[in-house]
Order: sequence, then structure tokens, then C-alpha cells
Amino acid sequence: MVVTLSLPRSLIDEMIAHAKEDAPNECCGIIAGEDGRAAKLFRATNAEASPYRYNVEPRDLFRIFRECEENGWSFLAIYHSHTASEAYPSPTDVRLATWPEAYYVLVSLKDAGKPVVRAFRILDGAISEEELAAI
Amino acid sequence: MAIEVKVTANFAKLIGGDRSTRAEGSTIGEVLDDLDERHPGFKRNVVAEGRIHRFVNVYLNDEDVRFLQQLDTPISEGDVVSVLPALAGGA
Repeated sequence: MVVTLSLPRSLIDEMIAHAKEDAPNECCGIIAGEDGRAAKLFRATNAEASPYRYNVEPRDLFRIFRECEENGWSFLAIYHSHTASEAYPSPTDVRLATWPEAYYVLVSLKDAGKPVVRAFRILDGAISEEELAAI
Repeated sequence: MAIEVKVTANFAKLIGGDRSTRAEGSTIGEVLDDLDERHPGFKRNVVAEGRIHRFVNVYLNDEDVRFLQQLDTPISEGDVVSVLPALAGGA
């Protein structure tokens, strides 16, 4: 079975725009959804404000979590950027991947003129790439 | 006094599968101890060296307890405690 994360093109563009705005630091955010369909993109503050690490600011995380709960949404995708490396989960990304219900979406600005966006599942330390479809 | 504790899917695995449970205690620390008594191993995923783990967030209602009194934060009737793993990583 091919598992596909389908996202509106506008949300993919929004993640790329967020990555560019926060560069050289990593950006991060959450796409909330229901039954696999995206409902809303939440930009989050990277508490680390670092080119090498991200950590969704805890108050932002709770605010987003509660808004999702109130709307019956779950975390469909968690995104962050790699400003100088590939759009592939790093060992740190894998070690800290504690949201198995979500896709992990990586935005790479390594080639500034051609951002790359890829989607993964990270379960029990294992990375599997999933098809990302723009709809 | 029993209050509601909400957790994410990852923590639900440690407390029998439910995303919401009830626990007894008059402080955040006591609530975590109570959960750990019934679900051994829960607390070590939340607390390290006497403090809330760097990559875990514990909230009393809508406030991060790091900005309150951490594990000593008092609990009142009707409060809700939420335990969310940090959403973090790095290149």
C-alpha cells in the first residue's frame, strides 16, 4: 500500500515561505487535520532560534494542541526546515520523534533556488519516506 | 483529590492506552507519582533527576509548570494537567 500525505499546494508553499523567512535558523510548525485532510497550518516559534535545532515553544505547542482538540483535529504533519542539509530526518530528529501519529515533513533550503519538501513517518527509530502529493 | 490528566498518543501507551485519565494528588509531582504507582515507568519518561525532562512539557490548565512551581505546583479541584512531549529535533 502506498501511503500518501496529500497537502494543498498553498500549504506546501507556506512551509517553504516560513523556512525562508526564518533562515538561517530552522523554522517549525504544525499542520492540523482530520481524516488525513489538512485543516490549518500553524506556524510555531522555534524556542531554540538555531540553525541546527528546533523546539516548538512550549506555550505555542499547548495553544496549538488545544485549538486542535477544540476542533476535533489531530496533528497531521509536523514540519521543520533544514537550512543547509537535505530534507531527511537527522539522528536528532529521530531520537526526539515522539509524535507517532504525525507525518514529519522536512523542508530543505540547501539549494536556495530549489527548496525540497519531503514527508516521513518516524516510528520507534525507523524512518520511512511517504509520498507527498500536492493537491 | 482526583483531577484529569490528558496525554498524547505516545504517553497513552504508558498508561493503558487512554488519552485521558484521572489521578490523585495535591501537586504536579504527586499526580505523576500516583500515575507511576498504577503504571510503573510512566514517571521516568516525564521526570529526570528530580526535574521535568527537557523534552517533555507539563501544563497545569494552560500554563507550562516550568513557569509555575515545577513539580511543586499546587493543584486545585477541577484542574486539568496535560503532558505533551516536546516537538523538537535538529539538523
